[in-house]
Amino acid sequence: MQNLAIIRGERLLFQGLNLSVRAGEAVALTGANGSGKTSLLRAIAGLILPHAGNMKFEGPAGALEPEDARSQGVHLLGHQDGFKATRTAWEELLFQVLWTGGTEASARAASAQLDLDRLAGLEVRKLSAGQRRRLALARLVASPRSLWLLDEPMAPLDTARRAVFGDLMAEHLAGGGMIIAAVHDALPIAARAFDLSSLVGLTQ
Amino acid sequence: MSGFWVMLRREMAMAWGRGGGPLLALTFFVATATLLPLAVGASPARLAAVAPGSAWLALALASLLSLERLFERDYEDGTLDLLALGPVPLEAVAFAKGLAQWLTNGAPLALAAPVVAVALGAELRLVPLIFISALIGGLGLAFTGGIGAALSLGSKRGGVLIAVLVLPLFAPPVIFGAGAIEAFAGGLDWHPALGLLSAYGLAAAALGPFAMAAACRNALS
Repeated sequence: MQNLAIIRGERLLFQGLNLSVRAGEAVALTGANGSGKTSLLRAIAGLILPHAGNMKFEGPAGALEPEDARSQGVHLLGHQDGFKATRTAWEELLFQVLWTGGTEASARAASAQLDLDRLAGLEVRKLSAGQRRRLALARLVASPRSLWLLDEPMAPLDTARRAVFGDLMAEHLAGGGMIIAAVHDALPIAARAFDLSSLVGLTQ
Repeated sequence: MSGFWVMLRREMAMAWGRGGGPLLALTFFVATATLLPLAVGASPARLAAVAPGSAWLALALASLLSLERLFERDYEDGTLDLLALGPVPLEAVAFAKGLAQWLTNGAPLALAAPVVAVALGAELRLVPLIFISALIGGLGLAFTGGIGAALSLGSKRGGVLIAVLVLPLFAPPVIFGAGAIEAFAGGLDWHPALGLLSAYGLAAAALGPFAMAAACRNALS
């Protein structure tokens, strides 16, 4: 990302942002509420257009078209997980996994890994916030996409699950994956810190 | 195109599963048609004259019902983010949604349309044409309705907005659909009207997804 600037409404969130993430690297985005962490993640995912600057994606075989990179290589996990309240946990997980390029077998494996098998037949609305988050994390694990964009991924998780989640992230990085996470608490893995607050208000 | 099939399967499953699915639209359709004799009087001759047209009007209104849920729920719960990052472009997602809307709402309504029309006094020989025209017209109603549903994303009271946006677009299929039946009943050539109805449905299915996808991207950003 070079010289990136994002405007939401009338407000310049940040400008002159330069950030590059290599395979196997994790970046922890920090910054006060409203400093643009979520907007940055959504811009990387292509959901909002940056006001200025450009973004480049590279695969093992060289430069990638942003559309291809996003449709095959990017996982975004925001505040909302996209699960339908009246469908069962397994139906919803399976759809998300198949949609993002995984298989039924990988969904089953991820469900076991995140200790979700007991919950599989329940409707999503009966799950707690932490259980829903684990269901969402199962999607990341089950479908192979190299860049994880996570928006406060740990907030609803208890201590033990945070450790499990740390292992999952470490595994993803060890396999050449990348993580950009907006966080308030430190990630349970080694991550490069990137503070958005330092970029706010440069022009104001 | 496996992504497209995954999407279509899910949309179909959810349309049947959520909130009664097509039953709601069907009940509304029948209820609206039942009000007609109460409004214009129960004289069989008068009813028979307006039966096909009224069936078409009720059909258009009934297809509005489930439109609000077409994109709004996915938008509210974050599914649309996920759909935008999927293996197929949003245009294909929109096409799958329109198609599912047609198959799960338009098709049951098309089956009910001849029953309702005959109950109101339409002649039995009109039944095949009423079914065909309702089925083809439903394609246009699903895809033009989808445009309205996508455009109203993020607004409060989206349902009312959809009706206001979409009802003018429903005018051509109602004209051609009811016109074809009218012409057939009167012994005139009904092919042109049915041809125009098909053209409208196909054009809506071909162009609608682009408009829906653009409206979704706009709502996300």
